[in-house]
Parts: sequence; C-alpha cells; structure tokens
Amino acid sequence: MFMRFLLLFSRQGKLRLQKWFTPLTDREKKKVIRDMMMLVLARPARSCNFLQWRDLKIVYKRWYASLYFCAGLEDHDNELLALEVLHRYVELLDKYFGNVCELDIIFNFEKAYFILDEFLMEGEILETSKVAVGVSLEEADTLQETMEEYMSKPAY
Amino acid sequence: MPAPIRLRELIRTIRTARTQAEEREMIQKECAAIRSSFREEDNTYRCRNVAKLLYMHMLGYPAHFGQLECLKLIASQKFTDKRIGYLGAMLLLDERQDVHLLMTNCIKNDLNHSTQYVQGLALCTLGCMGSSEMCRDLAGEVEKLLKTSNSYLRKKAALCAVHVIRKVPELMEMFLPATKNLLSEKNHGVLHTSVVLLTEMCERSPDMLAHFRKLVPQLVRILKNLIMSGYSPEHDVSGISDPFLQVRILRLLRILGKGDDDSSEAMNDILAQVATNTETSKNVGNAILYETVLTIMDIKSESGLRVLAINILGRFLLNNDKNIRYVALTSLLKTVQTDHNAVQRHRSTIVDCLKDLDVSIKRRAMELSFALVNGNNIRGMMKELLYFLDSCDPEFKADCASGVFLAAEKYAPSKRWHIDTIMRVLTTAGSYVRDDSVPNLIQLITNSVEMHAYTVQRLYKALLDDISQQPLVQVASWCIGEYGDLLVSGQCEEEEPIQVTEDEVLDVLEGLLVSNLSTPVTRGYALTAIMKLSTRFTSVNRIKKVVSIYGSSIDVELQQRAVEYNALFKKYDHMRPALLERMPIMEKTASNGPTEIVQTNGETEPSVVEAKHPPPVTQPTNQVRTVFSLYIRKNTHLGLEANPNPNIAVITIHASNSTEADMTDFVFQAAVPKTFQLQLLSPSSNVVPALNQGTVTQVIRVLNPQKQQLRMRIKLTYTHKGSAVQDLAEVNNFPPQSWQ
Repeated sequence: MFMRFLLLFSRQGKLRLQKWFTPLTDREKKKVIRDMMMLVLARPARSCNFLQWRDLKIVYKRWYASLYFCAGLEDHDNELLALEVLHRYVELLDKYFGNVCELDIIFNFEKAYFILDEFLMEGEILETSKVAVGVSLEEADTLQETMEEYMSKPAY
Repeated sequence: MPAPIRLRELIRTIRTARTQAEEREMIQKECAAIRSSFREEDNTYRCRNVAKLLYMHMLGYPAHFGQLECLKLIASQKFTDKRIGYLGAMLLLDERQDVHLLMTNCIKNDLNHSTQYVQGLALCTLGCMGSSEMCRDLAGEVEKLLKTSNSYLRKKAALCAVHVIRKVPELMEMFLPATKNLLSEKNHGVLHTSVVLLTEMCERSPDMLAHFRKLVPQLVRILKNLIMSGYSPEHDVSGISDPFLQVRILRLLRILGKGDDDSSEAMNDILAQVATNTETSKNVGNAILYETVLTIMDIKSESGLRVLAINILGRFLLNNDKNIRYVALTSLLKTVQTDHNAVQRHRSTIVDCLKDLDVSIKRRAMELSFALVNGNNIRGMMKELLYFLDSCDPEFKADCASGVFLAAEKYAPSKRWHIDTIMRVLTTAGSYVRDDSVPNLIQLITNSVEMHAYTVQRLYKALLDDISQQPLVQVASWCIGEYGDLLVSGQCEEEEPIQVTEDEVLDVLEGLLVSNLSTPVTRGYALTAIMKLSTRFTSVNRIKKVVSIYGSSIDVELQQRAVEYNALFKKYDHMRPALLERMPIMEKTASNGPTEIVQTNGETEPSVVEAKHPPPVTQPTNQVRTVFSLYIRKNTHLGLEANPNPNIAVITIHASNSTEADMTDFVFQAAVPKTFQLQLLSPSSNVVPALNQGTVTQVIRVLNPQKQQLRMRIKLTYTHKGSAVQDLAEVNNFPPQSWQ
C-alpha cells in the first residue's frame, strides 16, 4: 500500500497529527486538511469508512469518541487493509500510553510521531509485529531518559 | 534568564485560552521568547524550544525560524536532541528549501553511528523527506545498511531504498545485489519491507520483473507457512498470522504472475487455498480475501479460479459490513468488462444495493447496474433503475437519467417501450436531465415514425400536468409543433385518443411563452412550435397574432425568430408550407451535428474505465499536411491529418485500436461551432480491428469562411467485447496551419 498521508483530527476540526508521505507545499497541505475535515466530519453516522476524493481513496475511522484517523490511499490500494493499519496504530498508541485518550495525544504529540515512525515509513508498513515496535520504543525512550538523568532535569 | 517553560506546561496554558485572539497572544509571546533564546545560542534548552515550536506549528502558526535550529539539534550528540531535531526536520523542512541539504552530512554521519536508534532516525528522515540530491549522495550508505544482519536497520534501509528509487529511479540497479537473500529472512519486519522493495523494483522495470519471477516459488512458500503456521502471538490479528505480510505477498505475486503463464500456474494452488480457507468473520480476513480476488483476476488464472473469485465478491455483496459491500461493488465494476457473464450472475444482489442507505454504495451499485444492462435483462433492469431514479438523491439523478437514455437507446425491446421510458424519465427527473439529451430525444422521436401520434399525445398530457421541467417542456413543444395535427385529429392507436381542439393546444403553447417557469430556450421552442402549427392547423390568424406580438420581445432571440416568422407570413408566404413541413428522418451517422456547442461536462457513460484524455500532440510536418494525434481511453487513437486549402479544411481521421478486441459498429461523429460548416464523408468501414491491425479512415470537410480557430467536438460510439461504448472528446487546439 502506498499511503499518501495520515491525519488525526478532532470532531471540532483541530489537527492532532499530520504525516505526509509525498512532498506537498504548505498551501497544498492546508487544502488537503481542510477538505478531509470537511468531507469526513460531514459523513452520516453509519456510513462506510471509504470515500472517493480526487484520484485518491480516503479511509477514515473514529476512535476515542472524538478523534478521527484519516488516510489517503492510491487507487490500487486495499482499503480493507488500510482499516487494519489504522487499527494497528491505535493499538500501538494504546499499548504505549495505557488506555490512551485524545488528551494523551495532545500532550504527547511528539511521542505519537515517534510511535508512528516505528510503524510506518514512506507510506508503507515498516514493522508488522506489535511487540517489536513496543521494544524499539522502550529502548529508544531509555536512551532519552539516560540523557535526562544525566542532565538531572527533563529535556523538554 | 529563567528557564523557558516546558512543553507540557505551554500546551496546558494554550489550551486555557478562551478565544482565538487570546491563543494568538500567548503564542506570539512564547515565539518571541523562543526567538531570543535561539539568538543566544542556548544549547541546553534548544530542544525544549523546538518541541514547543512544533506544537505551535501544528496549531497552524508559522515556525520557519526554527528550521536551522532543527539542524543544530540533529548535529548534537545527545539522543534527545537528535530525536526532536529529526522530527522537526520532517515537519518543518522539505526538499524545496535549500537549507535541507545542510542535513546531508549529519545524516551521513548518523547512518554510521554506533547506536542503532540514531541510525534509525537518520534512515527514517532520509526516507521521509530526502530530496533527489540527498538520495544520490547517500544511496551508498543505505545500500550498505541493506546488507547488515541487524534486522532493525535492515527493514528501515529497505524502505529508505524504496524512497531513493522513487526519487531517483536510475539508482535502482545498485540495490539489486542486496536483494539476493532478502526473502530468506525470518524477521517479519524485514520480510515485509523487502517485499515492498521488490514490488517497487518490479513495477518500475520490466527487466527487474523478469529477473524476480524466479522468486515466485519462494514467495508461495512463505505465504503457505503463514497460513499453515500455528498461533503466533507476535503477529496474530484475530486468528490470522501477519495479514499485512500476506497481503503484500499477494500483491507481489499479482505483479509477477500478470501476463506470465508459468508464474500464474505456480501460484494457482496457494491462491485457491487462501481463497477457500481464510476466515471471513472479521475485516482482516476479508482484507486478505479481497487482495486474493484482485490477484486472481489480474493473472492468468484458470477459469475455475476466476469464477471462485467472482463468487467471493458476490458473497461480499451480501455481507453485513458496509465496507465490504462497497469494496465488492468497486471490484466488480473493474471486472465487469472482462468477466461479464460471471458478474451477471450476481445481478439481482447488485440491484438490491441500489436500495442501500449508504451513498457511496448506491453510486457504485448504479454504475455497475448500467454496466450490466443488456438485451436480455433490459426490461427488468430498467424497472429497477427507474425506481431508483424516482427516489434517489439529486446528486445521482443526472447521471442516472443519462444512463437510462443510453441503455434504452441500445437495448429497447420496442419503440413504444422506448418512448414510454423516455417519458418516465422526463416526468420524474425532468429537471436533472442533461441539456444534450433534448436534441437526442428529438431525433429519436422523429425516427420512430409510427409512434408520432402516441408520443405527442403523451407529451401533451404531461404538459398539462407540469410545465416546470424544462427538458420535458422543450421536447414536448417540439413534438406538438411537428405532430400537432395528429394530436388534434385523435389518431392515436396505442392508447385512447384524447379530444383536444386547436385552440386548446395553442393555449398550452402560449402559456409556455408567458410562464415565468420557462427559460429563454424553452420559449424559443414554444414559439417555433406555434409557427409550425400554422401549416398544420386552420387557426392561422391566431398564430399570426402571437407571432407578431413577439416581434417586439425584449428577448433578442425570441424577437429575431418572431420577426423572421412574420416575414414568412408576409413576403414569403408561398414558401411557408415547404419550410415548415414535417422533419425528415435524421440519420444517426449524418454529417451535421448540432450547430451549437453545448456546454456539458461530456461524461455521459457511467461505465467502468475512466476516460482519460491526455492533451493532443501536434507535430506539424510541413505546410500542407499537418498531422496530430488524439488518444481517447488510452487505447483508441485518432490521427487527424489536416489538409488546408484556402477555403476548406479537409481533415482525415484515422482511427486505430490497441486493445485485444475489435471495435464494431464504430461510428465517428463531429460537431463544430456555428460559424463553421461541416461535412462528414462516408467512413472506410465501421470495424476498427484489434491490436492496431488496421484503421478506419473518414474524411471531414470544414468550411471556415470567417477563418476562426477551429474547434470540434467528437463522439465515438462502438461495440467492444459485447458492450456498447461511447466516448466524447473536445479538440480545441488544432494547429493554426489547419485553419488559417
């Protein structure tokens, strides 16, 4: 699958994460975000999770009451699998944060990116094992903490 | 200076803002603090400041002044700095800013770092936003890491290589040696990314594709192991082992098996196995089945397997899950041309989907339904589609109406049925019907000679009910003008003839002229109809009066018509009967198309393949003959040779067909703007043979007295693999030599 982008946004139209897998100008990115929010937030409650936008398939799903996960795929990609990919990312977040909710992602957005970067790259799945992703994150975090201990204060 | 506030503290503070203005103020204050901190080259808190900047950037505020700071963070020795620095680079920088090249050296160093997580960050960033220059500089490092035994690095290097290849395709060769034993890996992450890399290489290069075909047995084995293996907690998703890897392998198999008998045969068994054994109760199983179906349909699979695939799609149609129904309809739409009969078997299920509540599903079902209409099922299908037309959302009505007209034209079992169907569409969705349907319908009605009385009667009755739907009113006016005499004399055979007088008919037409609901175009139709009745009715005086009134109408079009008709009554009365006599039968392949270019969007056929129109290429060879090409649907080629002489442009069409089936009943039609005159001579034949084995030639002569820019609208209709196809195209850029 070649995911073109992944967006997380709230029901109120606040962006929580944006990952772009193709180069776009800032203006183009803003347009995509605006269009996605408009299309997805307008969908009736029990619609199917797919819609067509320009030449892309859009896959979206709502988790944690108010957070939408929205991905853009190319025409020949497998939408059903894309739903599984979104689901897997949610599971990874859940495992990392422990019963994750939108606030966790707001306050720890950089970690949401770190987790994503251990799971997807170049629009493709990097690692299919939940365990492996969890282990990498743990070890990387340990590296970071060691530094902070050394400095005896949180880095950021 | 006090320590800058921490990231989470800032987030908390910003979230307390009650208005946009308050938020903006907080952000500006913090940005100012961050800027002075950057100016002071503060190493300790740079990381914290950049992190805060990234948060503010996500809220939509400018953060470009942090770009260089990201680079400094990347260059730092601390892991925390690098982590935030690389994230910042990915969020704030892209290949358009020159500053990104400054990263190249840092990334190079970090690719060789002793800590794998630092190497990982570098690979990730390079793979995310590496420009072509960076990729060229660093491809060697990536290739090295692709051969390492460290699976963490190997998988990242594989996807980074994919990025490099996408950016700089010429570098693909250098990764070939490293792919040698990628598939022998046990680690699923490496396996998955390797399959992605191999897929990318095969898609880009036919040589690579041929080279990698030998991997088919190995891929089949890996897939088999995944299916047969017992429960593996690490990779399990609802009882299925690593569905992501399974789907990726299926996709690679699809590419390798396409067009190749041996490879396709080698994968037949495993595909059958996956198709029959995969658990379908959850989405994940269906995702695998879906990919399997796509693969079966694309390779040279045996017919039993293909039928199995279509049946899976048929079962998908009955699934409770909307997503699966949607995906099934989309796939069936793709296969309906090649496996028409198999898809026909699921027709009733597809038609049921027209009643689905979901908009996306309804649309797909409508498109697929039209693709399935044929001579055998036309009556039943049309009943369903008309019912759909009645009740569907406005966004569907135009497409559905056009589809109904097209299908009716192709497969109408009788003229009466055809007229009735048209009537039904015009009365239920009359305002959504496309403008170009009106002339088409008029032509159809003219040619159904024995139905004239029936048609005019039905249209007249419809007008009595409702004059708001303009296409209906226009067609009705035209018919009454032509066949009003049949109406008044009560000659209808098909149904009980109605009793109507000339005055009543004229009342209705005059009513159209004065009604606020009528558009100017409709008024034009009505006036002309009234005029025509002067040779068919006896109450000529009344008509004369109406016509003379409109001689001073504010509407210029109407005024002109009225004045001309007036003149017909006065000076040219002897010509009137001949001018206004019954229209002859119009041949479909006739020379002159409508003399006005109608502004529609041209997409009238709701069928499978998207018509893509790449711009025509002009290659003027010499002054006398200019040749240029027009591709329609990627497989129909029209070569246009223009042979200009001072007064007449002679254009020769050569139509060729690169698909594997003949195009029969091939008809080429053209229309030009008002200032031109067009004459279409007979075509050389109406079969365009497959695989470019021959062409159909046809000559068009265009008179261009005003020497205007030549424009032409082209319509192709033909039968291909048993179904009717229609293509529209507009040609606006004839080379100047062809019309000057």
